[in-house]
Amino acid sequence: MENSAFNISIFTENSIGILNRITIIFTRRHLNIESITASVSEVEGVYRYTIVVNTSLDQVKKVVGQIEKQVEVLKAFYHVDDEVVYQEIALYKVATNKLLNGSSERILRAHNARILTIEEGFTIIEKTGHPEELKRLFNELKGFGILEYVKSGRVAISKPMKTLETYLNELN
Amino acid sequence: MENNKIRGAEAVLQSLIKEDVTTLFGYPGGAIMPIYDALYGFRDSVNHILVRHEQGAIHAAQGYARTSGKVGVCFATSGPGATNLITGLADAMIDSTPVVCITGQVASHLLGTDAFQETDVIGISMPVTKWNIQVTKAEDVAAAIARAFYIARTGRPGPVLVDITKDAQFGLTEFHYPLTQKIRSYSPWPKLCVEAVKSAAELINSAKKPYILVGQGVILSNAEEEFLHFVNHTGIPVASTLLGLGALSADHPLYVGYLGMHGNYAPNVLTNECDVLIAVGMRFDDRVTGNVSKYAKQAKVIHIDIDASEINKIIPADVGIVSDAKAALTELSKWCNKSFHTDWRNEFSRLDKLEHEAVINSAVQPTSLELRMSEVIHLLSEQSKGDLVVVSDVGQHQMITSRYFKYKQPRTNITSGGLGTMGFALPAAIGAKLGNPTKKVVAVIGDGGFQMTLQELGTIMQFNIDVKILILNNNFLGMVRQWQQLFFEERYSFTDIQNPNFLKIAEGYKIENQKIENRAELNAAIETMLAHDGAYLLEAVVEAQENVFPMMETGAAVNEIRLN
Repeated sequence: MENSAFNISIFTENSIGILNRITIIFTRRHLNIESITASVSEVEGVYRYTIVVNTSLDQVKKVVGQIEKQVEVLKAFYHVDDEVVYQEIALYKVATNKLLNGSSERILRAHNARILTIEEGFTIIEKTGHPEELKRLFNELKGFGILEYVKSGRVAISKPMKTLETYLNELN
Repeated sequence: MENNKIRGAEAVLQSLIKEDVTTLFGYPGGAIMPIYDALYGFRDSVNHILVRHEQGAIHAAQGYARTSGKVGVCFATSGPGATNLITGLADAMIDSTPVVCITGQVASHLLGTDAFQETDVIGISMPVTKWNIQVTKAEDVAAAIARAFYIARTGRPGPVLVDITKDAQFGLTEFHYPLTQKIRSYSPWPKLCVEAVKSAAELINSAKKPYILVGQGVILSNAEEEFLHFVNHTGIPVASTLLGLGALSADHPLYVGYLGMHGNYAPNVLTNECDVLIAVGMRFDDRVTGNVSKYAKQAKVIHIDIDASEINKIIPADVGIVSDAKAALTELSKWCNKSFHTDWRNEFSRLDKLEHEAVINSAVQPTSLELRMSEVIHLLSEQSKGDLVVVSDVGQHQMITSRYFKYKQPRTNITSGGLGTMGFALPAAIGAKLGNPTKKVVAVIGDGGFQMTLQELGTIMQFNIDVKILILNNNFLGMVRQWQQLFFEERYSFTDIQNPNFLKIAEGYKIENQKIENRAELNAAIETMLAHDGAYLLEAVVEAQENVFPMMETGAAVNEIRLN
């Protein structure tokens, strides 16, 4: 079975160690986590993890089964990229004097990026989008010399989905 | 107000009383001293068994849980005490045994400082526990223990660890025990899908060669009666996994034998000839399936398991029923027709005859000079009429015991299945006896495994535990030796083991003992062992290079199992 990217969404109780319980399920199967994001959800006290992993459909089904089995996991889902709306955010630190060559406006417009701060020595540019979009801006800014680059993990919301509340009501 | 308060340590004991814990196993140490101090005040209501090593404590708790159906409990201190539990936790996890371990931990202000006897037991035990929690405040003790018991015994049972810091044990708290009945994120009683049951019944009713595989799930859900009814009603032959042995009596006319790598011939071969395979409370371990890509491809598969993640994990199910075995079997019987399947059953008899001719007859009544493991177990089974709790260790003798002991009742077969933990049997037998005091308990152990946990003879001595120990001594690490012979060109790399004088060791622990080397002594020796009042050690010196057959080689399909 061929590998592809899967977005795994996990809803958990707020307890110490649950993140570890989830990640060891991947480790045990020699699966590399591409990105992981943890945050609150729309329901108070319920936490949400978005994990991106490259693997087979068969494997992701089993992994999600093992995740759901954890006592403090409320629900887990997996989706392919087409089934979710997702974003990642990147910050680019570039030397300010290098940006003053006239092409920066075109670049910022073309990539729908924005400037967060301009200091004497450096400027920080922010872009939100899909990873390949972030990469395209990276490649374009490379010419100016990128001093630092950082990218977040993915946040994703599936297109067709019952609300979390519905699931919680089913559990109650 | 202060008068109503008790220490966290006492709250531990009060919580155990609320959970009807009467027996527990443990070993004291610095970080669990307040709990042991509280235990001193409860020594008349709780029977604490002092083991000789924490691994012994958890295996004993497992043995106790397996024979009694209750949650096994053990105590250990922080650091090495806690890490010594890990093998037992892993064993209980893979064999779905309900156990609650309570470990002491350094005071909360010392967490993460590399304090004396500090280990991250929560981190270390995470992959091998169903759930674990660290308690740092006295007022959280009762709720944590209540959850622990609830999680350990419900759903697919498993081990749980509660780590309690020393300051939480010393701290004062009011005591209210919140018997846990629900956890929002945890659904231990999946709702039975009647539609799925009906689809399963349709497959069963139209099947010509249906076949049931029974696992420990039937025993864990106390569904033996419902299972028996289902089997009698449908007339379908039944084979058992290692841990399923005893779920259906070996005497039952529809019982066709033991599955897997060293299982019986017919049950393995005919797995690849049945048309509907009904797996109840089992998980298609690789020792059962052999080569998965050649496993029961011709059959429609019905898989009943309480753990949803087991369905389609190894063998794709045509019908998956996520349910407690009791509920599923009760419903399934209603929709299934009465049937007999005489021709199909005759196929099992035909292959069984082959196995008798090629293997069994000479195994139970050998003509060789030396004693064989198989005849010892056969005689043990005959003499006791199967009315024993048999605790087996891991290796050749375990496979021989599973093949030749005729288990007739549930919870009489205690062995380390999934993990294959050598050293399991002796401590597990201690727990097994305390969990079922009315039955005779025989621990069948190899000479290798015995030496992994023989310190528990001290526990047997101190607490007068009536455990019969049958050492099948071939002076080899036999199973590995067998593989070396068959698959590694007889390069016997470190499998010839030099043994001590087992009788002198038994003597040192004041345990009655005997050693036999001849067939002529066997009958009387087993009789003496079983009749003896109290612990007894019988060493049977057996053929050094006996192999266990049939055998499924690595990569072979179930129907490619070798008879010799």
